[in-house]
Amino acid sequence: MNTITTRMGDGYTVELTADELRADLLAGSQDAVRRGKVPPLEQSELDWLFDLFANPSRIVGVERGHEVVLTKDGSVNTLYSSQISSGVGLPLGREQAFRIFERAFCFDTMEIGHPDYSFKPVKPLVSLEATGVEQALQSTLIPVFYGAMPNFGLYARPDGPFPNPSDLLPKGEIAAARDAQMEMAEACREDMVYVAEHMAAVGADGINFDTTASAGDAEFLATLQAVEHLSRTTDLAIEVGMAAEMVLGFHGEVSYAGQRLAGMWPHQQVKVVEAAGAHLFGPVVNTNTRMSAPWNVARAVTFVKECSRVATIPIHANVGMGVGGVPMFEVPPSDVLTRASAAMVEIGRVDGL
Amino acid sequence: MSISHALASGMGGIRTAGDLVARMQLSKKMRLPEAKQYVADKLKVSVFDLSDSTVMRRLREELDIGVITAVPGTARGLEAKVRIADLLGVEINSVRRWRQKASSPVGPQS
Repeated sequence: MNTITTRMGDGYTVELTADELRADLLAGSQDAVRRGKVPPLEQSELDWLFDLFANPSRIVGVERGHEVVLTKDGSVNTLYSSQISSGVGLPLGREQAFRIFERAFCFDTMEIGHPDYSFKPVKPLVSLEATGVEQALQSTLIPVFYGAMPNFGLYARPDGPFPNPSDLLPKGEIAAARDAQMEMAEACREDMVYVAEHMAAVGADGINFDTTASAGDAEFLATLQAVEHLSRTTDLAIEVGMAAEMVLGFHGEVSYAGQRLAGMWPHQQVKVVEAAGAHLFGPVVNTNTRMSAPWNVARAVTFVKECSRVATIPIHANVGMGVGGVPMFEVPPSDVLTRASAAMVEIGRVDGL
Repeated sequence: MSISHALASGMGGIRTAGDLVARMQLSKKMRLPEAKQYVADKLKVSVFDLSDSTVMRRLREELDIGVITAVPGTARGLEAKVRIADLLGVEINSVRRWRQKASSPVGPQS
């Protein structure tokens, strides 16, 4: 019997029989149902995914007319920066890279960002960052975001001024770890608001909080509070992109809009993001490198479909390296990447990627 | 990776009407079907046409709202965004700022 050539979650090629492919699709979807308490995919959707992976073509895409809007985290750093696992290190300025994304790569929106891509290091050179945004706004047409990560870890010792919760928790100093996180959250929120207000002042179209809640619920709270403030006081379009599929309860007791943040899945995260006043939400579903790409894609779209269903704001799912069914490898293979892309649109019913 | 997504699923930016649909998501929090319909109505084309570069390349030049190729004399950058804001009936932050700068009397900054 012929086999179907696809990939594992680490990017390596694997051969599956048709029965194995069907079993992986079902198991991936069921894993999302079990963990997130979300509805399962319909049989017709599983059949669509089967055809998607059984199709021997290297590149696939959505049906004509089903195209979606693209936003991009990591910004134009992709072209000029180099962080080993991302960035091709071209000798380009940010404004040049922005124009390339607009005119050569035909993106619908784009970001300017600092090479470190965190809010804290932007603060001392925010004028330079705002100048980069301003120059892009003058010379290009597509919406200009400024993007950065809350990156909570930078606020704890040795990188920041506050006691490190990772040191306190193993000692059983839970109250002190919680207090430290709340102090970190306040400093982080202030930095995010400070930077975003400078971008609003030069006329940026939007601000992107990327990799939100990477250090758990207190970081998520800081971001939601920043979003709430900015949505009330600026005309920025606000995008919140997550770091992981579930919010870690590193603090465990913080809540927003009456909802406990720890343990939230994408369809729950979007509701507090909406309540804060954001314009776009980017759910994340993590890739399991030990499972096949079909398993991962089916799992990802099961989570995101429910998120899209309950949302009132546009959903721009994350489908980069190691998320959204895309293999965890710095050069994701286009065969699986385009399948994850198409599945997220056709089954996940997203408004953008 | 970005290019793979653009080819597989993206609207096409200024090759088509991707930037215009994005503006409705950003300014009005419109979900995709509503945003596409709004832009299609304003451009007097079908939703299907919005992602069609053959249709949109010509229409964008006709409306003078910025085109993908380098055509001397067509609206660029802020010039095009002023026209896009008027066409879509939305406020664009950088256009508002430009209008304020352009209309305020020459003198010390307030």
